Amino acid sequence: MTTDVAVPPALPPGPPGGGARPRSRFSVPGGTALGVGSAVLYLSLIVLIPLAVVAWRSVDQGPGYFWRAVTTPDAWSALTLTVGASILVALINLVMGTIIAWVLVRDRFPGKAVVDTLIDLPFALPTIVAGLVLLSLYGPESPLGLNLAYSRAGVVLALLFVTLPFVVRTVQPVLLELDKEMEQAAASLGASPFQTFRRIILPNLVPAMLSGTALAFTRSIAEFGSTVLISGNLPFKTQVAAVNIFSQIEGDNTTGAAAISTVLLVVALVALVSLDLLQRWGSRRG
Amino acid sequence: MAIEVRDVNKSFGTTPVLRDVSIDVESGSLTALLGPSGGGKSTLLRVIAGLEQPDTGTVRISGVDATRLAPQRRNVGFVFQHYAAFKHLTVFRNVAFGLEIRKRPKDEIRKRVMELLELVHLEQMADRYPSQLSGGQRQRMALARALAVEPEVLLLDEPFGALDAQVRKELRTWLRRLHDEVHVTTVFVTHDQEEAIEVADTIVVLADGEVEQVGSPAEVYDNPANPFVMRFLGPVTEIGGSLVRPHDIEISTEPVEGGTSATVSRVVRLGFEVRVELQVEGRDAWVQVTRGFADQLALTSGDVVSVRPAPGARSLVLATV
Amino acid sequence: MAKYGLRTIAVLYLFFLLVLPVGLIIWRTFGDGLGPFVEALTSASAVHAFQVTLTVALWAVAANTVFGVGTAVLLVRHRFPGKRLLNALIDLPMAVSPVVVGLALILVYGRFAPVGGLLESWGVQVIFSTPGMVLATVFVALPLVVRAVVPVLEELGDDQEQAAHTLGASRLQAFIRITLPGIRWALAYGVVLCLARSLGEYGAVAVVSGRLVDQTQTLTLFVEERFQNFDQPAAFAAATALALIAVITLLLTKLLRPKG
Repeated sequence: MTTDVAVPPALPPGPPGGGARPRSRFSVPGGTALGVGSAVLYLSLIVLIPLAVVAWRSVDQGPGYFWRAVTTPDAWSALTLTVGASILVALINLVMGTIIAWVLVRDRFPGKAVVDTLIDLPFALPTIVAGLVLLSLYGPESPLGLNLAYSRAGVVLALLFVTLPFVVRTVQPVLLELDKEMEQAAASLGASPFQTFRRIILPNLVPAMLSGTALAFTRSIAEFGSTVLISGNLPFKTQVAAVNIFSQIEGDNTTGAAAISTVLLVVALVALVSLDLLQRWGSRRG
Repeated sequence: MAIEVRDVNKSFGTTPVLRDVSIDVESGSLTALLGPSGGGKSTLLRVIAGLEQPDTGTVRISGVDATRLAPQRRNVGFVFQHYAAFKHLTVFRNVAFGLEIRKRPKDEIRKRVMELLELVHLEQMADRYPSQLSGGQRQRMALARALAVEPEVLLLDEPFGALDAQVRKELRTWLRRLHDEVHVTTVFVTHDQEEAIEVADTIVVLADGEVEQVGSPAEVYDNPANPFVMRFLGPVTEIGGSLVRPHDIEISTEPVEGGTSATVSRVVRLGFEVRVELQVEGRDAWVQVTRGFADQLALTSGDVVSVRPAPGARSLVLATV
Repeated sequence: MAKYGLRTIAVLYLFFLLVLPVGLIIWRTFGDGLGPFVEALTSASAVHAFQVTLTVALWAVAANTVFGVGTAVLLVRHRFPGKRLLNALIDLPMAVSPVVVGLALILVYGRFAPVGGLLESWGVQVIFSTPGMVLATVFVALPLVVRAVVPVLEELGDDQEQAAHTLGASRLQAFIRITLPGIRWALAYGVVLCLARSLGEYGAVAVVSGRLVDQTQTLTLFVEERFQNFDQPAAFAAATALALIAVITLLLTKLLRPKG
């Protein structure tokens, strides 16, 4: 996800009176400083300060209060449901996303271009519309006779819908770039198609599969809009963490809401940081 | 015969790339498939390896009909131009791959891989990943990997094509020495006639999907079957309607018997050799002479000289051009 | 065999998860002809929701475009301490639940928060009003323009800009005449993504808007409110309108996406 704009390694001090380039690390030209200042101010006012205030609000009445807010029966149930459903959704995406990416890259059939375009629809569709759309097919008036409304299965379905593109779109380009000659080399060394997949293709896809899965997981943890209609928001049954936060805000319990928000932020950050570490570990060999 | 290819035809779409190709590769030989790019030589190699299916014709490897055999059942080693290194595996595991697939015991694999890595001078690199190797090292790893499974034939597709000139020269000599050590039947594809002449015992010249000539390097160089082969194998020039190698031309300041009169247009000194550019019957031609000989003649532009093919030199009479 | 098996699994999964549900809602909307659809979308509430949505989205897109281009240029063309950190923080909004975004803004800009209180005393109401909704939308769509522009800017290199400088162009001139034309498709791609995200935002806006019908109700909030009040035709009509916008976005991004 992050395009790595690495800072070039610090240059050794140039010869006296030499080129203009090697500046000291902390002297930045005025124009740049102004630009960086504006960008940081914008980011701070809209993103950083508000998020910091959430974190601060969640603990400013002491760790005991934080712990009680997170472990009230309804909050705890919402958190465990969210994490559990997200793990399930991530695993389903891991398998299905890889299969879909495989079919889109290696298979040929009429209408493939349309299917390829459709993959991004869940990113473009507003989440509330996604929820409504699913409810109309898998709700009380289901023409398939399959009513998942107000059930945990409905929550999982909504999460699967909104996270569909992550694994597909991370695995697809890697699969496209994969050196076909590696597979031919494996075949000429005696590997069967399955052995080639298992020993050559899969290990090269794993980093992309994991990073797509981690993204799907963080998105699921945070998801709100798509679950609102289909889950019915029944506490202890179908209420996910984001909805629980929402109802606490509506009930003016912002401290409780902040506590659960902080848990969600931490879980998401842990997932993203482990992903980053995983990628660094992977790119050492890359 | 290690490889017998009979009447192979292959088209990509409507473009024919191999037309009635038949070749025999002797056991233990080192054969070059030489030709211009797009001539079908890589396709022929891939047909032998089973990576492409011929439209018609047969391929026999060690006497067995392999035409419909999947690549993994042919027991051939294949080395790709761009190495096809398994990026996620160490050098050791790359070389061990074929042996692991064949479920050989761990000790045996370890011993064999280390032997091969020594053979290709990569024993220090066993635990590196391919991304940490240079191009030449990667290609040597790919070679060790192909040799590990003791293939009946070793096929190399432009093995040095992606390397820079210096490394290329080193690897060439090294490949020749390696072949003298292991004696595995080897076929390699190249578009570089110098490489083919230097390394191979036998050269198969392929152009436009057809075999133009088969022979030892000396044969194809000295007795080219047709003007195409003659032009492709080395420098040529045209004198009196014949194609001649520029170093096979006698030049003299006096008129000689059977000579053609020519005007010197330029004398270029290229170190030891000297290139004399001429106008012969209104056409450009050139002759290669040694520096000593050039000094002796003391030619300058405008001089009129007499030229003729050296006695015993191969020349090809060209059809009316 | 395996090939057909995988193809069938993939197509069926997408059919039941994606195609059938979306198709069904369009069918339900237009089942009784175009009339009810037009009628539902021309009601006073729907028209107002449209206006609110557009106002909020346009402000948010404008802000994020300026910030996005500026930040992309900083990240690619300039060296400064903390660049890695800034680069990482840009992606932070992706990991934050929309509801948490709403809560965070309320805690800072709400009437009973220090900053919000101060602004309120100057007569500027942020939360439960348009500025808050713009802030929420800016937050959720923040990385999109930056992430679309950065790779293209990197690939473009600064040779052409330096050539322009040697020919006498000022920084601004070089930016307008050289850099901007070079990134225009990537920028358009980012802006389209940003616009789509802004038009479709639900969770964060639901929190900060207070969901006041005919005041701070956007189109997505309208869908939810109509559905909860058993006005299915209006909910479906608005949802379909939003779905159509999504499809148009999808096709546009397909056209604009940098190839290769």
